[in-house]
Amino acid sequence: MKLSKKLIAVTAALTMTLGMVGCSKSGSNGDTIKIGANFEMTGDVAAFGNSQLQGIELAVEEINKDGGILGKKLEVIKADNASKADESTRMASKLITQDDVDVLLGATTSTNTLAAVPVAMDKKVPMLTASATNPAVTVNDKTGKVNDYIFRACFIDPFQGTVMAKFATDKLNAKTAVIYTDVASDYSKGLQKFFKQSFTEQGGEILAEESFQTKDTDFKAVLTRIKSLNPDVIYVPGYYQEVGKIVKQARELGITVPMMGGDGWDAPQLVEIAGADALNNTFISNHYSPEDPDAKVKNFVDAYKAKYNVVPDAMAVLGYDGMYMVADAIKRAGEVDHEKIKDALANTTAFEGVTGKIALDKEHNPVKAAVILEYKDGKQVFKDKIQP
Amino acid sequence: MFNKKFFQAIALAIVFYAIVQGLIYGEVLNDYYVDTLVLLGINIILAVSLNLINGFTGQFSIGHAGFMSIGAYVSAILTVYFDLPFLVAILGGCLAAALAGLIIGLPTLRLKGDYLAIATLGFGEIIRIVWLNTEYVGGASGLNGISKYTNWTWAFFLTLVTIVVIQNIVKSTHGRAMIAVRENEIAAESMGVNVTRYKVYAFVIGAFFAGMAGALSAHYFYIIQPTSFNFMKSFEILVFVVLGGLGSTTGVVLGTILLTLLFTFLQDWPELRMIIYSLILVLTMIFRPKGLLGSVDLNKLLKKKTQPAAEKGVSS
Amino acid sequence: MEYVVQQLINGISIGSIYALIALGYTMVYGIMKLINFAHGDVFMVGAFVGYFAAKAGLGLILSLVLAMIVCALLGVIIERVAYKPLRNASRIVILITAIGVSFLLENLGIFTLGAQAKGFPDIVNKQQYHLFGGVEIDSVQVIVLVTTVVLMLLLQYIVHYTKIGKAMRAVSYDLEAARLMGINVDTTISATFFIGSALAGAAGVVFAIMYPSVDPLMGIIPGLKAFVAAVLGGIGIIPGALVGGLVLGIVETGVQSFEGMSLWRDGVAFGILILILIFKPSGLFGKNVREKV
Repeated sequence: MKLSKKLIAVTAALTMTLGMVGCSKSGSNGDTIKIGANFEMTGDVAAFGNSQLQGIELAVEEINKDGGILGKKLEVIKADNASKADESTRMASKLITQDDVDVLLGATTSTNTLAAVPVAMDKKVPMLTASATNPAVTVNDKTGKVNDYIFRACFIDPFQGTVMAKFATDKLNAKTAVIYTDVASDYSKGLQKFFKQSFTEQGGEILAEESFQTKDTDFKAVLTRIKSLNPDVIYVPGYYQEVGKIVKQARELGITVPMMGGDGWDAPQLVEIAGADALNNTFISNHYSPEDPDAKVKNFVDAYKAKYNVVPDAMAVLGYDGMYMVADAIKRAGEVDHEKIKDALANTTAFEGVTGKIALDKEHNPVKAAVILEYKDGKQVFKDKIQP
Repeated sequence: MFNKKFFQAIALAIVFYAIVQGLIYGEVLNDYYVDTLVLLGINIILAVSLNLINGFTGQFSIGHAGFMSIGAYVSAILTVYFDLPFLVAILGGCLAAALAGLIIGLPTLRLKGDYLAIATLGFGEIIRIVWLNTEYVGGASGLNGISKYTNWTWAFFLTLVTIVVIQNIVKSTHGRAMIAVRENEIAAESMGVNVTRYKVYAFVIGAFFAGMAGALSAHYFYIIQPTSFNFMKSFEILVFVVLGGLGSTTGVVLGTILLTLLFTFLQDWPELRMIIYSLILVLTMIFRPKGLLGSVDLNKLLKKKTQPAAEKGVSS
Repeated sequence: MEYVVQQLINGISIGSIYALIALGYTMVYGIMKLINFAHGDVFMVGAFVGYFAAKAGLGLILSLVLAMIVCALLGVIIERVAYKPLRNASRIVILITAIGVSFLLENLGIFTLGAQAKGFPDIVNKQQYHLFGGVEIDSVQVIVLVTTVVLMLLLQYIVHYTKIGKAMRAVSYDLEAARLMGINVDTTISATFFIGSALAGAAGVVFAIMYPSVDPLMGIIPGLKAFVAAVLGGIGIIPGALVGGLVLGIVETGVQSFEGMSLWRDGVAFGILILILIFKPSGLFGKNVREKV
């Protein structure tokens, strides 16, 4: 039967290939600190993954120019998870076992990050995500225990959602609200949940909760429905590609009430997509204000613009701060060792990033202030600062 | 079926398994290699099962990821929510997927060629949208916390089982009936082949194994979400099949291995990788449409069959 | 009442975009029996050409024309390089090639332009019209609908009243016979792609004006929806594409106008597709005709 001959051929081919691949294992860790970057470089959310990577690489460039950490230069080893959870697991595995990285960064979405968490935990390599907001990333939701090696550099959802709800009731005097959520995004759903909780706790009424999905382009059908409900505010905790269109179409339909969102709005393209006029009377919670005259912010924005020719968005700044946070931890650890770095990260109490002062709580989530920004004529104007 | 050559082949396979397993224990092959091997197994199961529907029975199905997703979700529900053992979960996934194969196979019986393709695409998407809207399985965020039950052993043996079973179906009278259906439905019917039954068989069996692949995948990569099973995934599987050669199991296996390894090797150049992938696809189709080991003269046969079929769309 | 009218306007608005894209799909299918998966990506290229033209300050008409020309040429190139050699190949092979071309365009886009969405500049002086009781419509929506209808009528004229149109119809009935009759089949097919792709390019620019962001993956979903629209109306039938597009747009909007149903929008679209395929595969306007044996 031809099958056995073919089987021999296949076996031989496979063995040879595996052998060849085996020879390409990377060398020892001597003179550089290897930073593994497991990100979405292609696929659905490539836009976000690439933004974060750009922030990370800018940070690395700056650190290396300053002489590196502990006398060693940083080296970023990138792995593309193609925006897929199973690739994320594979890439985390590759970075750790093939490339011998000292620290792992990534991914962008909660799902892809969750796919990498078990790998990092199993191999005891510290891992930091700068944008995954699902609480289950740092705290195992089956056992309730903190994932020792996993750290986060961004708000978790409870904070942002609560902040905006308070703002709506206190400063905008809103009694009723509609929430329009991107149900394809963990981030969006998280913000929705906590906004709703906080808003109703303060006596507000949620008239409706509507849904859209990432990549949608036309929102008028649902917006028409929302308009007919006549809410005081509309909370849209999504990402800028969809939000830009939502705000634009809402205004086109004659919806004039304030609209609010989270840091996912923050990107220069938001103004391009929605148009400065439509964005008037909208408010977002954010880590920082890119217009902040503070030297640290200005330097970052200028450096990013110089290197990449575009204003940084929220993902970029998170990537940048995340990398600096890791660098800071390595410095405090005194040694490039998985355990020491992990301990140093857990002890982050006073890291000063572009997005403000960051301290990690015992669940490895950051405690940092949020700012509320208002869009006026296409620019973000500082409105308020909220401490946790 | 159970002749000497068959046992020789099986023996060889087991030797291969043992070698690899040894390498894993000896830590020569690290996690990354195991990941790749398991992925290979899963892809082979998917491709071989699709080949039964597309290659041997000539039913143009491009919603295979839908069946895979059913296997993945159902098996995951069984282990995560009901704490059932892995084997039971796999079986549950396979049977659920097979049921879906039945449900989809029946109404699409009358469709041919492109129309069937679109209908299966539509079904695949509808299944994905159902998962997207079901909070019980996490909706868009997906179902996480799936224990890693799959390992090299499971992957290897289930892949072997799949190949053996499907090869045996193909070489049997049932397989001949399916090929007859592919070649010319009217002639087959008049020769006494129950065309309806075989089309449905093809879908059900193909779906069964796709479900198996889904179950394996879910229990290796910790988390599943609806976007993992969209039409892109269906196309990926289709490419494995077509590249290897429709209607040739060994060709399909080889094609799958090559493409999966190519995808893995080009890891360092992600965007370029996708461009190369699509170029290979287009170039292979233009210059070697039979696929690498296309053992059947598909072009002539399918062309004669599909031209009249295109004008109709409903058998009159 | 106003609610219904507004939703109807919304539906027609999105439907006219589907229709515009569907026109190109249906033309190519009509003549070559090929589901050109790359059509959605030609649409994307059109949008990007429009983006660069607008950024360079070329204004609406010039951007539109430039996009149409570039896409028309792109369509012909794709046809000559990828589809022509496969004219005698099996259906599945051509379909895979089309998918391959589609992937290629998308990934070339990501490679050269980056995956991030870019905002489309404002080149239309948009007027907002307030109809009765809070119902809003704007000039862009009107322009889109009018453009689609005009192009459809133009297309109908070309196909039914010109020589090249006659050639197209002949080739779609029977390629070999047409060749025997002295028709240059290659030129005719290329012309079909030329026109169909130009339409896709126009649709791209128009889409980008209405939903002002462009990114390399933007063509996937509209392409798929347009395809459903074409099948719904009767694939290969030009007025069918228009009707199919509008019906799909209205149904989708209708589904979303009910509370909590918004996520089923795509499911309903595919459901319609399957129902049509099973019960009336020739679509709303199609006839079960012309058996080629």
